[in-house]
Amino acid sequence: ATGAYPKRVKVVEVGPRDGLQNEKNIVPTPVKINLINMLSETGLQVIEATSFVSPKWVPQMADHTEVMQGINKLPGISYPVLTPNLKGFQAAVAAGAKEVSIFGAASELFTQKNINCSIEESLERFDEVVKAAREASIPVRGYISCVLGCPYEGKISAAKVAEVSKKMYSMGCYEISLGDTIGVGTPGSMREMLAAVMREVPVGALAVHCHDTYGQALANILLALQMGVSVVDASVAGLGGCPYAQGASGNVATEDLVYMLNGLGIHTGVDLQKLMDAGTFICNALNRRTNSKVSQASCRL
Amino acid sequence: MGTVPSALKHCLSYQHLLKEQLWIAEPPAAAHPAQEPQASGLPEYIKIVEVGPRDGLQNEKVIVPTEIKIELINQLSKTGLPAIEVTSFVSSKWVPQMADHKEVMRGIERHPGVQYPVLTPNLQGFHSAIAAGATEVSVFGAASESFSKMNINCSIEESIEKFEEVTKSARSMNIPVRGYVSCALGCPYEGNILPDKVAEVSKRLYSMGCYEISLGDTIGVGTPGSMKKMLEAVMKEIPLSALAVHCHDTYGQALANILTAIQMGVAVVDSSVAGLGGCPYAKGATGNVATEDVIYMLNGLGINTGVNLCAVMEAGNFICTALNKKTNSKVAQASFSAGTIN
Repeated sequence: ATGAYPKRVKVVEVGPRDGLQNEKNIVPTPVKINLINMLSETGLQVIEATSFVSPKWVPQMADHTEVMQGINKLPGISYPVLTPNLKGFQAAVAAGAKEVSIFGAASELFTQKNINCSIEESLERFDEVVKAAREASIPVRGYISCVLGCPYEGKISAAKVAEVSKKMYSMGCYEISLGDTIGVGTPGSMREMLAAVMREVPVGALAVHCHDTYGQALANILLALQMGVSVVDASVAGLGGCPYAQGASGNVATEDLVYMLNGLGIHTGVDLQKLMDAGTFICNALNRRTNSKVSQASCRL
Repeated sequence: MGTVPSALKHCLSYQHLLKEQLWIAEPPAAAHPAQEPQASGLPEYIKIVEVGPRDGLQNEKVIVPTEIKIELINQLSKTGLPAIEVTSFVSSKWVPQMADHKEVMRGIERHPGVQYPVLTPNLQGFHSAIAAGATEVSVFGAASESFSKMNINCSIEESIEKFEEVTKSARSMNIPVRGYVSCALGCPYEGNILPDKVAEVSKRLYSMGCYEISLGDTIGVGTPGSMKKMLEAVMKEIPLSALAVHCHDTYGQALANILTAIQMGVAVVDSSVAGLGGCPYAKGATGNVATEDVIYMLNGLGINTGVNLCAVMEAGNFICTALNKKTNSKVAQASFSAGTIN
């Protein structure tokens, strides 16, 4: 029901990594750095900067070391980076990373297709990262893909999501970001999934990462907030299409999320105008239209 | 799911492609207990009022030929939609898109169990509508004085007087009247609109005999926060069962606002196939929420609408092809594009 909402929500900005990773055009390093610097001025507390993955697989993130070393790191802001394995972790730390993320999935087929191993095997790999991170006092965030559906398996059971969440949390991830990778979820499936996960992981350690491919993202996020979730991932200008549905949208736009949270009187600390400016900057650089409706509406040409 | 080689795609009909879409299945008859609407306090059934042919097309630049309008409405009549707003009996000087109101009204198939309301801004329009065979009409008020003056050239009070003439006439002929309140969550001229003002105008329309009041977020600026406050004020004056929400997606808030409304018990939702109808107040921005996206959400919540989502997408595909434009429905975009995984 429309009970109490959290008073504060932490917005995790994934545009520079998740967003750009799913954009066709390779973005020059200085543009990436400028984007992150602009985002650092908006009040956002967490900005996912890049991914220490092999450039063979993700050419967009080939400049991870330069980006990590080139950005202004403002105090009070966290700049997590993806580290799919120990090698990536070590490279990340060498480049100055102070927080890392690992990417699991609730679907066996998705894991096979994406990283060529089973869920269990992927967790073993992550365990190495988490162990090394603990020794270096580096916090680790865990992502789970396909929590509301998988492009290969179809329906995903809430129990499976809960099982993988529990494993990643017990391993040592301080936060678990639950991703609706193909955006098929609705407030109905979101509720069911969260109810199962919340039996295994405290709600304070949960985040939602919704895709807007079917237009459901803000409604799904609203439901998650109603259930007590207070960390939400989003991408400036809605950067990042969906790799599974050509031409369809992907990440929810940070501007649209912040607009909604403002309307609910929920504190985010984010300056919407500065955020829109960052969105305008990157869209011009990418020569594309924004996916943010707030941005589109505010631009009276 | 959907690994249709692109070479074959053009050979397959839209209908066939849709059948491949795992996520567009009909709502399960017996929803999971956690998803049962009653368990979550949601209505079991929601009436969708399809406004595409009127509100949608009215805000499209291209003038649509009469035959296309009729074909669109006929296709929509086969989807299970219980109400389809057909046209507007307004002067063609003001709204050229609706100049063919008589032809459309007379030309459409009338399916049993489906309502075909039309807009009637005044008594003259009402008489014209009845003569053309209309059996339900709508009147359009606003919660903002400035909007009322700019839109229909009179104050709210003066507009209410005009509508009273319509409802009196309608009552004597047993014709139901639906009342719309524009700018319920904000006005392009006045900015913020007080919930009490919305409640006051709604009450006037309801007392004069409108069976249902559709509360419109005309410029789409509302959020779940302002939706809740506005509905709380209106619900003090009007029974829940007589309320509908008409949300615009200009700021991407429509589905979240609709979710909030249905969580408060509202059980009638307006929407527009393919999200037809841009916003006349923010150039290039979107307007009406897409029927497909609303139904997708309601299906996922286990709420019955009686509407076949695939059939709506087909109608949406028809009108977008005719208008030579991309759909504004994300569900339609995703469904038509999916099937390109390697």
